[in-house]
Amino acid sequence: MAIKRRATTVLALSITTALLAAGCTGGGESEAPPESDLYKNPVTLTWWHNASQDGPGKTYWEKVAKDFNALHPTVTIEIEGIETNQLQRTRLPAALLSNDPPDIFQAWGGGEIREQVEADYLKDITEQVKDEAANIGSAVEIWQVDGKQYGLPYRMGIEGIWYNKELFQQAGIAAPPTTFDELNDAVTKLKAINVVPIAVGAGDKWPAAHWWYNFALRACSVDTLRKASLETVFDDQCFVKAGQDLKAFIDTKPFQNNFIATPGQNDPTSANGLLANGKAAMELMGDWNRGSLDTVTEDQEALGRFIGWFPVPAIAGSAGDPKAALGGGDGFACAKNAPAECVEFLKYIVSPEVQLGYAETGTGLPVAKGAEEGVKDPALKSILEATTSATYVQLWLDTAFGSTVGNAMNDAIVAIFAGSGTPEQVVEAMKAAARK
Amino acid sequence: MTSTNPTLDLAGGASAPPAGPRPARRPSSRAAETRRKWYEIIGLTTPAVIVYVMFVLVPMGFAFYYSLFRWRGVGPPTDFVGFDNYVLAFQDPIFIDALRNNGIIVFGSLLIQGPIALGVALLLNRNFRGRTVFRLLAFVPYVLAEVTVGIMWKLLLSDAGTVNAFLQSLGMGGLVQAWLADLDLVIWTLLFILTWKYVGFAIILLLAGLSNVPQELNEAAAIDGASWWQTQRHVTLPLLGPTIRIWMFLSMIGSLQVFDVIWVTSVPAVRSLGASATMATYMVDNGFFARLWGYGNAVAVILFAISFVAAVLFQRFLLRRDIEGAITRKAN
Repeated sequence: MAIKRRATTVLALSITTALLAAGCTGGGESEAPPESDLYKNPVTLTWWHNASQDGPGKTYWEKVAKDFNALHPTVTIEIEGIETNQLQRTRLPAALLSNDPPDIFQAWGGGEIREQVEADYLKDITEQVKDEAANIGSAVEIWQVDGKQYGLPYRMGIEGIWYNKELFQQAGIAAPPTTFDELNDAVTKLKAINVVPIAVGAGDKWPAAHWWYNFALRACSVDTLRKASLETVFDDQCFVKAGQDLKAFIDTKPFQNNFIATPGQNDPTSANGLLANGKAAMELMGDWNRGSLDTVTEDQEALGRFIGWFPVPAIAGSAGDPKAALGGGDGFACAKNAPAECVEFLKYIVSPEVQLGYAETGTGLPVAKGAEEGVKDPALKSILEATTSATYVQLWLDTAFGSTVGNAMNDAIVAIFAGSGTPEQVVEAMKAAARK
Repeated sequence: MTSTNPTLDLAGGASAPPAGPRPARRPSSRAAETRRKWYEIIGLTTPAVIVYVMFVLVPMGFAFYYSLFRWRGVGPPTDFVGFDNYVLAFQDPIFIDALRNNGIIVFGSLLIQGPIALGVALLLNRNFRGRTVFRLLAFVPYVLAEVTVGIMWKLLLSDAGTVNAFLQSLGMGGLVQAWLADLDLVIWTLLFILTWKYVGFAIILLLAGLSNVPQELNEAAAIDGASWWQTQRHVTLPLLGPTIRIWMFLSMIGSLQVFDVIWVTSVPAVRSLGASATMATYMVDNGFFARLWGYGNAVAVILFAISFVAAVLFQRFLLRRDIEGAITRKAN
């Protein structure tokens, strides 16, 4: 090990020296070839995605790359699957800074893609992907900056409340709540039959923060939210109101005990695990939850029987659009200097055929029209319907506002959950972070 | 690096007699000898110096440079803010919490691990059956990887975990705690885990120190009628001084920089509330997760400065007699 590391060091040193001697002329500075040169010369595309774990997602991307290579033999695709946090927080920023980024890589849209565009990291693909963008619909706006397209989504969904139909029945709840009053009512009934009404993985911060996002979505007008995302301005009183509503909701004690230590997903003691194993009746979560629940349940068959989904209830008399929903997705973008084939590959990924196959893996909801049939699960089907019928889809606020404001916001919301924070402190933290 | 010294027997190899000063030396050969010495020094240290400069000093310089910018890691840093990031850090109550937690870990480790390790080492230094097994057991936690230890204790200490179940079954249900989520308790839980993990290291160091205590002194003490306790107090302990001080030094620096066990064991929400943050976890949470690269670098520089000052002070006042002649100039 030690010897190997030393050899690497020596190698790195000599490379560095060579680079210095060569006057650092390296790097992909070649201009994209004109359209007619497409598929003429052999190119290698490096592709970084976040399906790092063995499973249907990872296998599917391997197949997609192989199929594309079969269609266009001049294009070889080198895949690297990297765990999301590592990819988003360290690997990608470092690769982009070093002027040697992968050609095509995971892009989450919102505040992050805006920053990347401002640093001139991404390829403007507006003209090339017009048809694809039209086929996907309004979701592509999340990967736009100032009206120009810089990436395309392959997965998109809104969040809502996953619930246990059998427990609802036992508690005597006739239909899924459509207003917060009905939700509060359901919470009381579920407490009476001694189950946890709502599971929340506050330990991971974001699952708790999403409750605040939903209160903000109900309290704030669409214009206020748009302005907040574009200019990181949070002066509107609705952001304080969101915290007040959340605090009032937490005071009704709808969550499990000790929720501040509960992780969001991935193990049986998580909020996911509580719902999947019949210990809790509800959980607020995105469309990916169906797959996550499967991995933590003791009985997949029972889970398939009792699991259902309904949209986040509306709040009577609030400024927000009751048909608006929070959502988010995953997409890919091409680096500024990536070869033109990169855009072709991106178009291929979001084509209806490839999207259909993606939907069949069950790892997420597809975005392209013509891929809907791939969605088999009834709960996922209801999300797909709700997503298409939503009047406005607000991107997850932490993604929309960018990591810096997003992180500070989530921390301050967690403080409300812990009982030490106030609604005003959330807004103060967001404003302070926007200046950092 | 080949020597130009004509008096050096290059072909002789290891079996050649040492060159030694020769009486009939030409005046120039003395200069050549000095030059040869310098070639040797330069030749042997250059690779290490290059690595050290490139991978320690240069990154440190960059860290300081970046810490002067308001920079989110996108594009080159351009927004120069001077020492604002440092001011911001000391104004953030969570960073102050992190400092306090590091303080608790530094002093807690010294005060708890020290006496335990000394006691166990003295015991294990006596002859008894199964001594090797006990020595091995004491050292096992230290050998385990930090992440393994973190996950293990996280599972043991979870709400429905073994520790709480054990307490319940003993009829001590009143002691059941949210060990890793109770904001007042979590730092002490973490201190316990760190103690469990690192006390083995202190024991091994002290055992090594004990094996250097000459047996004759113990025998002399015994002949003079000293009891076992008196021997330990007046013979062993003073001779163990250098080892204890070195351990204190390593423990202190390790406690200031502690990261992995805390990162793995603590819940992100609890960490962000300051209850279980240390300077290093605060740095990663802010530098990478909040994407404040300039600010994160400022925290890194603060962490370095605190460790550096602590190390220098410790060497100056406590380690001086142990390292005299090795690092500092020998006192006459």
